Amino acid sequence: MKEYDIVIIGGGPAGLAAAVSAKKNGIKNILILERDKELGGILNQCIHNGFGLHTFKEELTGPEYAEKFIQQVKEGKIEYKRNTMVTDISPKKVVTAMNHEEGLFEIQAKAVVLAMGCRERARGALNIPGYRPAGIFSAGTAQRFVNMEGYLPGREVVILGSGDIGLIMARRMTFEGAKVKVVAELMPYSGGLKRNIVQCLDDYGIPLKLRHTVVDIKGKKRLEGVVLAEVDERGKPISGTEEFYSCDTLLLSVGLIPENELSMAMGVEINPVTMGPEVNEILETSMEGVFACGNVLHVHDLVDFVSQEAATAGKNAALYVKMGNTRKRKGKKILLNAKEGIRYTVPGAIHVENMDENLMVRFRVDNVYKNCYINMYLNDERVMHKKCLVLTPGEMEEIKLIKEDLLSYPNLKTITLKIEEA
Amino acid sequence: MFDYDVMIIGGGVSGCACARELSRYKVKVCVLEKEEDVCSGTSKANSGIVHGGYDALTGSLKAKLNIRGNEMMEQLSKDLDFPFKRNGSLVLCLNEEDMPNLKALLDRGIANGVKDLQILKKEEVLFMEPNISDDIYGALYSPSVGIVCPFHLNIALAENAYENGVEFKFNTEVFHIKKRDEGYKLQTNTGEYTAKYVVNAAGVYADKFHNMVSENKIHITPRKGEYCLLDKNAGKHVSKTIFALPGKYGKGVLVSPTVHGNLILGPTAMDIDEKEGTNTTREGLEQVLSKAKRMVKNLPIRQVITSFAGLRAHEDGHEFIIGELEDAKGFIDCAGIESPGLTSCPAIGEMVTEILKEKMGLEKKKNFLATRKGILSPKTLSKEEHMALIKENPAYGDIICRCEMVTEGEIIDAIRRPLGAKSLDGIKRRTRLGYGRCQAGFCLPRTMEILAHERNMSIFDVTKSGKDSKMMIGTNKDT
Repeated sequence: MKEYDIVIIGGGPAGLAAAVSAKKNGIKNILILERDKELGGILNQCIHNGFGLHTFKEELTGPEYAEKFIQQVKEGKIEYKRNTMVTDISPKKVVTAMNHEEGLFEIQAKAVVLAMGCRERARGALNIPGYRPAGIFSAGTAQRFVNMEGYLPGREVVILGSGDIGLIMARRMTFEGAKVKVVAELMPYSGGLKRNIVQCLDDYGIPLKLRHTVVDIKGKKRLEGVVLAEVDERGKPISGTEEFYSCDTLLLSVGLIPENELSMAMGVEINPVTMGPEVNEILETSMEGVFACGNVLHVHDLVDFVSQEAATAGKNAALYVKMGNTRKRKGKKILLNAKEGIRYTVPGAIHVENMDENLMVRFRVDNVYKNCYINMYLNDERVMHKKCLVLTPGEMEEIKLIKEDLLSYPNLKTITLKIEEA
Repeated sequence: MFDYDVMIIGGGVSGCACARELSRYKVKVCVLEKEEDVCSGTSKANSGIVHGGYDALTGSLKAKLNIRGNEMMEQLSKDLDFPFKRNGSLVLCLNEEDMPNLKALLDRGIANGVKDLQILKKEEVLFMEPNISDDIYGALYSPSVGIVCPFHLNIALAENAYENGVEFKFNTEVFHIKKRDEGYKLQTNTGEYTAKYVVNAAGVYADKFHNMVSENKIHITPRKGEYCLLDKNAGKHVSKTIFALPGKYGKGVLVSPTVHGNLILGPTAMDIDEKEGTNTTREGLEQVLSKAKRMVKNLPIRQVITSFAGLRAHEDGHEFIIGELEDAKGFIDCAGIESPGLTSCPAIGEMVTEILKEKMGLEKKKNFLATRKGILSPKTLSKEEHMALIKENPAYGDIICRCEMVTEGEIIDAIRRPLGAKSLDGIKRRTRLGYGRCQAGFCLPRTMEILAHERNMSIFDVTKSGKDSKMMIGTNKDT
């Protein structure tokens, strides 16, 4: 069986950045396994700009952003296999994969980085009633057709869900000659970035109907139209508010789900809120030497943060290979509590002694909050009270933990994050 | 002279079971199907249950054919290589006052000839199925109940019939049937055909064809059943097929593992007028979930990956109508085939063939192929065998559908084999591609490419399910 120090599952933005970082930290023997025919993952179909503002201080398209990392992978002579599907990872870190040249093969890894990304929620998960004709696509699938194949899935479009891909596709379909009639969003707020609402809907006069959903799908063979209705506070359609929109295409942008089938099969613990692995301060999962980063860990809205997170995971995988588990679980475990208004934090628990000097904790809020405060408590004492003009579920937030502060705090047991409305 | 000895209207399980059974004999048979593939109506949207036979009234044709079909299914699944599993069923009694009805069901089952039935106490049921609701009083256990893949059963019957010489005409809709001095003339959108005998296996349309040739009218109501299908993560929530006792909450909704490892919930029962009304409704889906929750606790309904509706062909007399019409000689009805139709289909094929054999004096073929091989799934192979397969055909090393782990090799087989897939749904029903949690989000572009290439057609002619269901409308900026 071939052996590698680090095997990285997935050659998208997370996998690439993890590989580059592991290499910089002294590991030579790295393998990236990618199921698609190219490295770069979902970035390859994201031909709009806006990537890399944080990392490279310039506005790149998705493929340009990916290329910067692919170049580093190539320069670092990091091995990768494309068109290769990982079918299993054993608890002993034997990775089983297949492709049509080598067939089915096994690799022994010392450390594994999970970087499989996420998938889109499908119509079925929403239980939208109606017929099941052609013409219903997840927004990302439509994006692939339009941006990579040059095919137009439809001419009259309704979009359900205002996640970023849905917003981006509203603009793209308009550019390519389709008429986007409306974007409907179940929640009273958009799930996407503010800049995308302005640049993708407002600039093209595409209406965004908040608190609306699709309640019926018409057309037996090809989609003929959808019925939208307003929903009440509990998300239930309000009778009498139904409105028919004729369209040949319905795009769904109704959420992303981390792809953790491999992680779960190997026995990694999953956080029920993020649907990603539980990780500690070094982004190590519940299984020793198995790290996670990017959208497989929790869904991000900016690729820059994926790259940062993946660099951390790659570095820690490298340290694990060099030092074994000697760094592990030093000191006691401190829980990070996500309380009022905070849906989750990544990581969810830390060992302070094991931290780097600083640790970025990322989180999402559960609603739109205006003129509010983010509060952090060490045990019961409030140590941070940061004013925010607006917080929305669509934008990931972060705070920095400083090792020194935590170490010097007497008898630290818990770290709690809360939102306080002004 | 006739174009065919026998024309069968409908390529569902009934029609294809008749065709397969007839193909044992020296007889010229043709199946007419209005859709682009077999298994496109009632046969494609049902619970996939091989019933025990305790439900139907003692002495009814439904009871007789159910028992016979159940007996035949195991051998048939081996001969024709489709998945079938006897997982057993539990009929739950949710109200104390209904316990006598559970006993009545047991008695009826015994009278019908169902073997090994027994009534279990609450504790025994919960020991067998820990996720059953704590509110039950007892259950009827029937070990002979099974689960089958309706698509694979239907397709296997069709493929085997085809290999034994039966012709299939797709996208062929019968408009009129004219009785002649001898035999029938069928007018269709693809031309006129004559046949000495007609088998009417047209599902929800069987009344239409029956009434064209007979004065003794029948009436079939499309009875809609809505379902939710859950992810394979939820597939082991119960191991047996769980029914509720027909009682004050009505009969119908079941919770069952599918033969592929998902969990299925449904069906509702709603009589409608529209014979193509396979839309789901909010009320229907809510009903499915609430009824299922009464029977099974901790049901992981967040794991729903799709929902669908099918139409049962319910005849007013609530009985299968199988036989030659008195006032239309040579016209054989196979009508009112609702539950337990899927279970009964092998027996229906046998019964119809018996009728025709007698009338026509059919002679057995010497070269009848009794077996058929399904699509080879590398998942069923050992690592070594899979390695060898990839070496021989690298397409078996390329996974296209990640959720169901379907390789390019299987897709190509599904397209190239006899009566192969012509549309995305055709591929889906044959390989399970797109059947998983992402519902083809990732594999769709690649599958379309393979289908277009294999069928030598433009990507713009790729359909979901035949004509009028094209996937792509044009190219970027083409207007």
